[in-house]
Amino acid sequence: MIKIKNLKKSFGELEVLKDMNVEVKPQEVVCVIGPSGSGKSTFLRCINRLEEPTGGSIYIEGNDITDPGNNINEMRKNLGMVFQQFNLFPHMTVLQNITTAPKRLNGKSQAEADKLGKQLLEKVGLADKADVYPDNLSGGQKQRAAIARALAMEPSIMLFDEPTSALDPEMVGDVLEVMKSLAKEGMTMIIVTHEMGFAREVADRVIFMDGGYIVEEGNPQDLFDNPQEKRTQDFLSKVL
Amino acid sequence: MITHTVTKTIKEETVIESLQIMIDALPVLLQGMWLTVLITVISLAIALVIGLVLGIFSITQNKILRGISTFYVDAIRGTPILVQILFIYFGLPAATDLSLNAFTAGIIAISINAGAYLVEIFRAGINSIDKGQMEAGRTLGFSYGETMRLIILPQAVKRMIPAIVNQFIVSIKDTSILSVIGIAELTMSGQSIYANNFRAFEILFMVGVLYFVIVYSLTLFARWLERRLDVA
Ligand SMILES: Nc1ncnc2c1ncn2[C@@H]1O[C@H](COP(=O)(O)OP(=O)(O)OP(=O)(O)O)[C@@H](O)[C@H]1O
Ligand SMILES: [Mg+2]
Repeated sequence: MIKIKNLKKSFGELEVLKDMNVEVKPQEVVCVIGPSGSGKSTFLRCINRLEEPTGGSIYIEGNDITDPGNNINEMRKNLGMVFQQFNLFPHMTVLQNITTAPKRLNGKSQAEADKLGKQLLEKVGLADKADVYPDNLSGGQKQRAAIARALAMEPSIMLFDEPTSALDPEMVGDVLEVMKSLAKEGMTMIIVTHEMGFAREVADRVIFMDGGYIVEEGNPQDLFDNPQEKRTQDFLSKVL
Repeated sequence: MITHTVTKTIKEETVIESLQIMIDALPVLLQGMWLTVLITVISLAIALVIGLVLGIFSITQNKILRGISTFYVDAIRGTPILVQILFIYFGLPAATDLSLNAFTAGIIAISINAGAYLVEIFRAGINSIDKGQMEAGRTLGFSYGETMRLIILPQAVKRMIPAIVNQFIVSIKDTSILSVIGIAELTMSGQSIYANNFRAFEILFMVGVLYFVIVYSLTLFARWLERRLDVA
């Protein structure tokens, strides 16, 4: 479903991703962990080309997203993304945040888009917030609204960049619940996270990144309970 | 002290006479005022387009577009508006076949001048919007242009309104300089009246009042607009 080959990314002199090779199968949930500055966000942002890779290729369902001949706007419709800082549109109501893209880009009528939007709000537990502006939501509610907005384009892959890191601890659970239910429904997901408990429970595979490389990857039990590499052991001993 | 003497010397009948002169001048002054409003509205509409387009140029990755924008803004901000007006009306025809009537030259001059300041306002306004907004829009599949139009500009313009209105007020007043190329706008209309009746005090007082009326109407409109956008 996703096939990343020899991905490299530099910012000027700084080489952030050195040589990344990753494959993600349909319905797989992959969690990416690693120390701050190791390139996790950059990796995720290369997948939908928010960052322009300096080398390598990224195939999404067979199409190379780094190929300039492919329409990036079309390809992004299939890749939902959720940001640490939510990035909801403050000048639109919650429902408008969700319906604008399917209406304009997927040819949905206002009525169809509204129906879809309300279903999604129901799903993330915000049915009563449709007509509220984002400024009046709590952090956890904002993030759930942002997830609903991404789902409204009916993507087959969802990318999450530390979706709970900006939240007060008591808000984290609700957001993780929504993500768990997505995983159960079979959504393909790549999740950058510091929530090790969540990764252990939900991930099919955990990738540990450091210094622009994948140091180690494996199923959560193996990686968390029996890490092979010294750097993984050091990192886990600090965070667990 | 001065007011004291003035009130003493101005007698009741001179006040009535002054009022009469002002009222007599009104039809001609209103014509001039109409021209001032017309030039202002056309010029500022053009200036808004210049400001938006070159404002976006100034924040793109493209070095050439950025260069064009910077050069334009620096050139206009670095020279007096009087020189710009004279240059377009007298300078251009002297060097090229292009000869413009005063009205057109005046509109071009005010447009380019206000446009340069609006470029800066648009640039700052767009830059003030968190870059996560652009990323969120692009991630959903919107193009750069769609994201600008649907997501960035609605937020930016709301923040820019006070600065835009401020520039509009400056430009309205700048149109008075167009009298130097013989456009019969408000200031010029006044000049032509007191050249005949030698009542500069009354006439210029009226001219001032009429400028104030235009500027103050715009201020009231802007306040109303800001309140409306705040509700939304
Ligand atoms: N636009 C950019 N320009 C220059 N350097 C950048 C840019 N974005 C990221 N970097 C650098 O790239 C490195 C990796 O950053 P990245 O955000 O991918 O790390 P991360 O693993 O997501 O860290 P964190 O856990 O703190 O979010 C850092 O050294 C960062 O300073
Ligand atoms: Mg990060």
